[in-house]
Amino acid sequence: MIDPKTIAHIAKLARLEVSAEEASRYSGDLSKALGYFEQISKVDTQGVEPLVTPSEMQPFWREDEAKREFTAEEMTANAPEKMGNLFKVPPVV
Amino acid sequence: MSFRGYEAVIGIEVHVQLKTASKMFCADATEFEAGDNENTSPVSVGMPGTLPVVNKKAIEFSIKTGLALGCEIRKKSVFARKNYFYPDLPKGYQISQFDLPLCENGKISFKVDGVEKTISITRAHMEEDAGKSNHSGEYTLINLNRAGMPLLEIVSGPDMRTPAEAAEYGRTIRQIVRYLDVCDGNLEEGSMRCDCNVSVMKEGSTKFGTKVEIKNINSFRFVEKAVEFEIDRQIDLVERGEKILQETRLWDPDKNKTFSMRTKEDAQDYRYFPDPDLLPVTVTDAMIAKFRSELPELPLARAKRFVSAHGLPEYDALVLTSEKELADFYEATTKVCNNHKASSNWIMTELLRELNQANKEISQSPITPEMLGRLIGFIDEGKISGKIAKAVFAEMWVSGKDPDTVIKEKNLVQISDAGAVEKIIDEVLAANAQQVADYRGGRTKLFGFFVGAVMKASKGQANPDVVNKVLLEKLKG
Repeated sequence: MIDPKTIAHIAKLARLEVSAEEASRYSGDLSKALGYFEQISKVDTQGVEPLVTPSEMQPFWREDEAKREFTAEEMTANAPEKMGNLFKVPPVV
Repeated sequence: MSFRGYEAVIGIEVHVQLKTASKMFCADATEFEAGDNENTSPVSVGMPGTLPVVNKKAIEFSIKTGLALGCEIRKKSVFARKNYFYPDLPKGYQISQFDLPLCENGKISFKVDGVEKTISITRAHMEEDAGKSNHSGEYTLINLNRAGMPLLEIVSGPDMRTPAEAAEYGRTIRQIVRYLDVCDGNLEEGSMRCDCNVSVMKEGSTKFGTKVEIKNINSFRFVEKAVEFEIDRQIDLVERGEKILQETRLWDPDKNKTFSMRTKEDAQDYRYFPDPDLLPVTVTDAMIAKFRSELPELPLARAKRFVSAHGLPEYDALVLTSEKELADFYEATTKVCNNHKASSNWIMTELLRELNQANKEISQSPITPEMLGRLIGFIDEGKISGKIAKAVFAEMWVSGKDPDTVIKEKNLVQISDAGAVEKIIDEVLAANAQQVADYRGGRTKLFGFFVGAVMKASKGQANPDVVNKVLLEKLKG
């Protein structure tokens, strides 16, 4: 059951601002969506290994070679704020 | 060990930055000196639509480290997303490993105050590093050069009981990753980071107390001090009937204390799940066998061999194996002169002293193992005395010339020829007639005086054994 308290917790983790009214609405919506998925948990999975990926192929690994294809200016070009070539963000401590 | 009737429980997480040329999931360079955000690309700054591609070398280094730590290597390990928000984590999640790590169930042994101690390794998993934040108060500046650097996080069991054990555990991990050449082990530059989990419980109890994590410890001496401080602080709290908060504390090396960084009251909720952008890491038996065959002899095993096969004292063996290059130097030296103890002595006293004074690494020594081995050989052959050898050594250190050249240039060859020694002795006796008479009159203590005078007259080059023998004869009169 997704109660408004859980919604508030999820919203906090996702850094979303959710009002009390929204929380109670989402609580109903999410409970409905989850209930739908709960049908899956009825499937008997006795003896079935958890699946990480459906594609059982050999992974591709890269050789350890360094490349510089972008400049620091390019990589910070989209930043709303910067100082020199550093990203500038609101204070975190 | 008891601390005021309490027992301490210590577990350590070490983050080892793997010495690859490129990052864990993209080709950005990893060098430390790069300018701000110079080692970044769309993958490492977390642009939408980018995909991670695993660095092969990082897998190799991780497996080798796991093997050296005695771990089982999982054939199919899984990268997972660890979700949290922080500005230096551009994707909003860190790629790490969670329930299916690459390495598990290992152990390492080391000596603390002469006693061998074994500590379990719970797991070692691969992950990427975050960027670096610089807080100024009014704003925070972010450099993402470090974002995506390959790390191996090595987690010990809660097996340590004293600050000294904690520090020695850290030193041992450092020694191993340096032997493997997978990490430079530089705590100050952050290529190796040590977080200590500390709790206390009443002696005899089996229920661990609330643990506190200490971060920001950039030397093993500080590991020891920080753990010591934390044990005391926690015992004080318990004694006063206060509650220990589960929190992260930072070590302040100037004030010699830990202080609270954040409490973990609302337990972090990282919502780990398998990263859908990455396939499981599959490792074959052949790969493991190959990496195992490439492992160097590890420090403690090497030290034990130096004791059993070379007859070195344990102390010597432990000092010589502290760094791989030093142990290699010793083995190369003793191979030349075939004198284990002398090789060890010369390296431990003369060479290490000079290196320390010059603040040089063994790899920068102007004296090579070949040169030192030959020097020791010359002493053993009686070509030069031990005293002269020290002068030759000093000259070799300064000039980088081999001992043959130094001995020839400075004309330092030992005089072992009895005739030549006799000639010097005759002169000395002639010049000290009174003492000769006294000696013959019974003052045999003067013998040392004559030896000294002869050595001085020969500028230290006379062979002391020959001097003793001829002098005794001559003084009989």
